[in-house]
Amino acid sequence: MPPHSNAREEVARHKQANVMLARVAGSLYWMSRYLERAENQARLIDVNLQLLLDFGEVSDEQLKAHWLPIVRSSGDEEQFLKLYDVADSESVTEFMTFRLENPNSLASCIANARENARQVRDQISSEMWEVLNDAHHFIQGENAKKIWHEGASAFYDQIKRYSHLFQGITVSTFSRSEGFEFIQFGKYLERADQMTRLLDIKYHILLPTAADVGGAVDTAQWHAVLRSASAVEAYRRYYVADVYYKKVVEFLLFDDCFPRTMRFCGEEMAHFIDLITSAAPETDEKAPAIERFMAFLDKLSTLDVEDIFNQGLHEFLDMAQVEIGNIGGHMYSTYMYFPPIDMQAEIRFQQQQEQQQQ
Amino acid sequence: MLFDQYQPENFFDEMFTRDQGVRPQYRAVCDALNSVSADDYRSRNSAVEAAFMRGGVTFTVYSDDKGTERIFPFDCVPRVISAEEWDVVEKGLIQRLTALNLFLHDIYHDQKIIKDRVIPPQYLLSAKHFRREFMHFEVPKNVYVHICGSDLIRDHDGRYLVLEDNLRCPSGSSYMLENRSALKRTFPELFQAAGVRPVDNYPTELLKVLQYCAPAKFRGDNAPNAVVLTPGVFNSAYFEHAFLARQMGIPIVEGRDLLVRDYKVFMRTTAGLVQVDVIYRRIDDDFLDPSVFRADSLLGVPGLVNAYRAGNVSLANSIGTGVADDKVVYYFVPKMIKYYLGEEPILPNVDTYLASEPQDYTFILENLNKLVVKSANEAGGYGMLMGPWAAKEEIETFRKMIEENPRNFIAQHPISLSRHPTWCDDHFEGRHIDLRPYILCGEKTVVTPGGLTRVALRKGSLVVNSSQGGGSKDTWVLKD
Repeated sequence: MPPHSNAREEVARHKQANVMLARVAGSLYWMSRYLERAENQARLIDVNLQLLLDFGEVSDEQLKAHWLPIVRSSGDEEQFLKLYDVADSESVTEFMTFRLENPNSLASCIANARENARQVRDQISSEMWEVLNDAHHFIQGENAKKIWHEGASAFYDQIKRYSHLFQGITVSTFSRSEGFEFIQFGKYLERADQMTRLLDIKYHILLPTAADVGGAVDTAQWHAVLRSASAVEAYRRYYVADVYYKKVVEFLLFDDCFPRTMRFCGEEMAHFIDLITSAAPETDEKAPAIERFMAFLDKLSTLDVEDIFNQGLHEFLDMAQVEIGNIGGHMYSTYMYFPPIDMQAEIRFQQQQEQQQQ
Repeated sequence: MLFDQYQPENFFDEMFTRDQGVRPQYRAVCDALNSVSADDYRSRNSAVEAAFMRGGVTFTVYSDDKGTERIFPFDCVPRVISAEEWDVVEKGLIQRLTALNLFLHDIYHDQKIIKDRVIPPQYLLSAKHFRREFMHFEVPKNVYVHICGSDLIRDHDGRYLVLEDNLRCPSGSSYMLENRSALKRTFPELFQAAGVRPVDNYPTELLKVLQYCAPAKFRGDNAPNAVVLTPGVFNSAYFEHAFLARQMGIPIVEGRDLLVRDYKVFMRTTAGLVQVDVIYRRIDDDFLDPSVFRADSLLGVPGLVNAYRAGNVSLANSIGTGVADDKVVYYFVPKMIKYYLGEEPILPNVDTYLASEPQDYTFILENLNKLVVKSANEAGGYGMLMGPWAAKEEIETFRKMIEENPRNFIAQHPISLSRHPTWCDDHFEGRHIDLRPYILCGEKTVVTPGGLTRVALRKGSLVVNSSQGGGSKDTWVLKD
């Protein structure tokens, strides 16, 4: 378990630091979430494109069966069907990469990350801004489509590289007293959420018979899941060469060392929640939403993969998504959000106050 | 050699004398540049501009609702001012700002300058930005203008003249700072021979002023809480607001981040409401508080003026300084200096005619095609007639406007502004420049050495403003 400095020491540092506008914290949080979302999308598309190559000749039905669950996993199926007649590699990957009508496309996510960063230009280092700006101009530029056609893998590698560069620059140049915890909380929350969607894709790929479970196709697909999470080598260290679906799920949900698992992300989220709440002493550290999230984390360290499959993987993933959404909503509304004021009411109130001043 | 073909022509040239000799303050720069090839110069200049674009050192020009980010074109040859020349300019600016702050205090209190008939009352009473509601209001430390950007030009004989004082929300100090950084990175060899006074303490001095002018009621143990109030990312000068906030280490806020309760101003933070003591506001008076000024302003903070009146927050610059920003009131500044300080102005005004004075009125209307006419309260080079270069229709339009509202217009003879070698595609040509030094008024009045030199990039143009195609240069004041 990677060590963290004592939360109390960090709180003392925070107290001395500049105050943070709620609006700024919110922008940092969303900047981070959108970029993490973009990276995960890039991984997903890249791996699934390569997976198809293993299958050789693929029929239209097979292509559709391969790609639609992926579109479905981010909730964009309806939008996709509005824009395209055919679900094949080209249409789906174009939709997921470039279309701005798709709020979860790479282009949309990067544009949103950059826009949030622009709102808080003065809070982030110039290197951080430049990376997001470069990523945005890359994907919007004419060259991008050309690169994508010529070699999709190189294209998605570049997207991942922008994300890694941004994260590296953030860790190296962003002061820990200026909202770092909001960036990290957003990143790990998004990553945990994306993990539920990644695992859920397998659920949507319906296998014709039970006998296909464990077969070559099934194994290849679970292998692709591991590759999307960059987890193949780490997995193999535990389970050697055996890609067995229960072990993949076990690894990606419960391992406490690999930085993309749900448990790891959850524990990082808990650490940053602690920092955020400690810096705001008036808010309730024992808020029910936080207690509930801690209970969920507890499950992740005590549940068994057999329990998951008995309950149903899809049901578990649904529940996890709800828990993640819940804690995100609580943290956002408590620390990063003030409801917009009713300008007219406020003006009237202040004019009354002015009368009293005379 | 880069300057071999350069012609000063019949203008005062900053770098060269009439007989092509190099002015002593430019000796070091000239020598260093003469060993640079045209290609090298061109590529270095482009590198600076690319760096500005990448880093977002830009301003936004709005036309047709779409904002385009542009850099302020930068020319690598610095404008150099000798220590002796600067000494006079500095003293002149300090004198001028001292008088202006005394003037503002006076007209918002006893109005002695009017009672003593130095300025006719109608000019103040009709001034667009005179805030009657703030008569007899005590501003912290009696400082009305904390930050001023006064525009200076040089005439045919090289005399420095004050063109105008910008003392509502003067901008450009961030470019002054970024230009210096850029030139140091691009042409370090220029700096090695010369001894240039640094400008990078501007944010420190600005913060000192802000903290000095905290409200009298402020009783905290730590420094007063100062913030920069910006209209937001869509404002053309947002880069500067964010830049200065970052350099000073203080928060940058928008109207929506502030809340007034109990006549105090608070920021909405992740830790709840935190009180604000001083606001460096880059929003004009009109948009500052929709409960008092323009009700349609979405940029301001309802109740801010209440808090200001209650003495719980200071504003830099204070409310009401716009009356001295008026080009008609400008006419009287030399008289203010004599009246309040008993001194002759060190820096003269440009000779000005007031359309509201009968004899000037006739003269102006008879000579519209020879004069520069300006409206009293426009900025950015707009609302201006350049008589000798204007079309007949434009002249007639101005004639009608002057006849309808003479109070709103002044006129001046076109000044043959000084010129400076400026890179034009592949060689140097002379272009007209001005100078905007920044004056900070706190416990002391401090003038940052140099300021922003703006260049009118179009051949023959006298308009230097960024919004109309101007560029800028690094400005040097030599140590000795």
